[in-house]
Amino acid sequence: MDALAAIRDVFFQECEEQLAELESGLLAMEGGDTDPETINAVFRAVHSIKGGAGAFSLEALIRFAHVFETALDEMRSGRLAASSDVLKIMLRAADVLADLVRAARADEDGQHPHAATLADELKAMSGQAGDSDETEEDWGDFEFQPMAAAMDAPEAAPAGPTGFKVTFKPRTDLYAKANEAALLLRELARVGTTEVELDAHDVPPLHEMDPEAAYLSWIITVTGDADEASIREVFEWVDGDCELTIEPIGGEAAGEDAGEAAFDLSALLARVQGDAPAEAAPEPEAPVAFEPIAEAPIAAPTPVVAAAPAPVTPPAAANEASADGPAGAGQRKSDAAAAGATIRVDLDRVDRLIDLVGELVINQAVLAQRVMEAGLARASAVAMGLDELEQLTREIQDSVMAIRAQPVKSVFQRMPRLVREVAAMTGKPVRLVTEGEGTEVDKTVIERLADPLTHMIRNAIDHGLESPEKRAAAGKPAEGVVRLSAAHRSGRIVIEVADDGGGINRERVKSIAIEKGLIGAEAALSDEEIDNLIFMPGFSTASEVSDISGRGVGMDVVRRSIQALGGRITITSRPGKGSTFTMSLPLTLAVLDGMVVSVEGQTLVAPITAIIETLQPKAEDVHSLGGHARVISIRGGFVPLIDVGMALGYRREPLPATQGVALLIEGEGGSRAALLCDAIQGQRQVVIKSLEANYRQVPGVAAATILGDGRVALILDIDTIVTVSRGDMRKAG
Amino acid sequence: MSMTVLTVDDSRTMREMLRLALADAGFRVVQAEDGIHGLEVLQAEAPQVIVTDINMPRMDGFGFIEEVRGDQRYRGIPILVLTTESDAEKKNRARMAGATGWIVKPFNPIKLVDAIRRVAA
Repeated sequence: MDALAAIRDVFFQECEEQLAELESGLLAMEGGDTDPETINAVFRAVHSIKGGAGAFSLEALIRFAHVFETALDEMRSGRLAASSDVLKIMLRAADVLADLVRAARADEDGQHPHAATLADELKAMSGQAGDSDETEEDWGDFEFQPMAAAMDAPEAAPAGPTGFKVTFKPRTDLYAKANEAALLLRELARVGTTEVELDAHDVPPLHEMDPEAAYLSWIITVTGDADEASIREVFEWVDGDCELTIEPIGGEAAGEDAGEAAFDLSALLARVQGDAPAEAAPEPEAPVAFEPIAEAPIAAPTPVVAAAPAPVTPPAAANEASADGPAGAGQRKSDAAAAGATIRVDLDRVDRLIDLVGELVINQAVLAQRVMEAGLARASAVAMGLDELEQLTREIQDSVMAIRAQPVKSVFQRMPRLVREVAAMTGKPVRLVTEGEGTEVDKTVIERLADPLTHMIRNAIDHGLESPEKRAAAGKPAEGVVRLSAAHRSGRIVIEVADDGGGINRERVKSIAIEKGLIGAEAALSDEEIDNLIFMPGFSTASEVSDISGRGVGMDVVRRSIQALGGRITITSRPGKGSTFTMSLPLTLAVLDGMVVSVEGQTLVAPITAIIETLQPKAEDVHSLGGHARVISIRGGFVPLIDVGMALGYRREPLPATQGVALLIEGEGGSRAALLCDAIQGQRQVVIKSLEANYRQVPGVAAATILGDGRVALILDIDTIVTVSRGDMRKAG
Repeated sequence: MSMTVLTVDDSRTMREMLRLALADAGFRVVQAEDGIHGLEVLQAEAPQVIVTDINMPRMDGFGFIEEVRGDQRYRGIPILVLTTESDAEKKNRARMAGATGWIVKPFNPIKLVDAIRRVAA
């Protein structure tokens, strides 16, 4: 990738950040935030996007950003009130800007269906020229020739006279802004052939001299190709900080009026050396004035300095004098950091580090077990050293995991736009409230959260919230509220999507479930059980699919994606008050909370998240369905009893149920099963090692881990085991 | 030794663009994200020229220039203001604060380098 393409990538990454900043700022303002820094940040975001777009000549983006920026500037300066209507337009403009950025990223910088309309709205409200003729002109003014527009250079004037007489008298301010007369003269010499004459009439006696004041002036004759505009350009930056006149002269030889500006340098130097200590050198800001003359052979009485190409060499002495402070500071620079409080690291490197730390954790556990087996006392130096090692290893593990952790903000911030769109489609006014955006979780978890969250928010607005009329009838404010929150709770991240709508219509859910054959007609279900029916595969029906929450995705898919992340999702609902979906997810996908069990001498790990309870089967609860298929009755309901040893092929004859222990698990789509194991060893956090990467995929096994005793333990893929056993069971039945 | 240029800009894109243009011209480039960061880097890196943006969080370009000019150690360092603002008011404020010169974004790399050479002794 060439350097420019890399910068382009940086630009688009940055655009995403700025778009997020823009949106959250506007939303904060909509929520009543009047902090000037908020509008400033919003302005800066658009301003930066425009600036970067200019560098890449993304015309459509530049134009829209420019109009947007101008409107924001009006708002920033208080000329445009940040009313709710204005902010709504701004938010829509932010959406269009986001679309334009994405189009530009896909190399499709061009038209956007709403860009022109919104640009007009922005212009109208901020008093920018509105009608189309002026618009063109307006944009024409805003010439964004990529990499071309430069230093406000005035247009070159047509060539006229043969030369110019420039009189230049710097004021003290010129030096105070770190401009240097010598450098300007050097610059002027690039424009044309110059003859420089120094006027030192105003230099006072040394004891009267103000070291910071400007006393010198110059008369420069410029001949050659120079035109007035390019001469003015040289002095553009010091305009106002000097007295400057530029007079055209005919083709005659320059410098005829020279001769009066006699400046006795040697006399001055003598005075300086004679009665001034070194630090009292005159005009430290402008010692350059002396140097060229001292270097030139034409010192004292000769007033005219022949000054072809670069007569005024930058004097080293002046440089050193003015750079004294920084140069001193430079010696200390090695121990101070350069730029940036963050670094960008390739994700592969982080993952490699996480892998290695995983190995370290396992090795440490193995070592600890060996030491224990060797019979060393707990208080022995080795055992104590190991304890410390364990502590450190855990801290390293946590720190490394933290590298992959990111705030959920990146996914939360996509939601306001979604809410606006769905609200517009359904005609329901909605306010989105987000909390805990800073809560951190593994990057992969965040990435995979976007789809389920999108679906749930759509659902909350489309199905959860009532129509404004119904809300009014129920005595609720017309505007519905959807609350999206994240928090850390006991080593997991809990994300909630709550609405203040009508709650689950249990009668309806139940009748749909019966109709679909998901439950028996006379099934007695608790409210909670009814609410959770919506997660059943096949519950979401065609008649219910609307434009918004439909798209063929039901809550069962949401549940599956959450479970794929090692998470759980539940719903609580109160009639008339609203529903809350609660997702609990692991903070990382690199470690897993596991239940370690033994089956036929093998050590296996079941993900704790899937386990509802463990139980000791009683003979009277277990019923055979013929073959090896069995069910177990748990509190009046029957669930399949699956012998893990049989399922994985460790044994040919099933273990008598009473000799083992059962894990009641909930798999994909909420289906339950009891997994029969020989014994439970305990709960442990295990480092997940991919089986596919090291061996190959094995049905019924999700991954592997290495335990403290150095043995490999397989992590069960509960859903596959249940599905496969069900199939077997059907065959058997 | 090559000349050190400090660039102060909150946009990563702009910082990278500047780095590319300036490093290409043989300058040593040090970067800062805003005025406050700029003052820190200034102390550590002793640049010969500063190129700064105006619109920045925490401390904007005006504030930064004033701070630099108010510090005896740094007041002689030329400061070029790099900004998309081409209106006279911004330019004037930057000059009042003590900017040496200004460059309008999007900048032409050659002219930028030229401008830096122009103000650097």
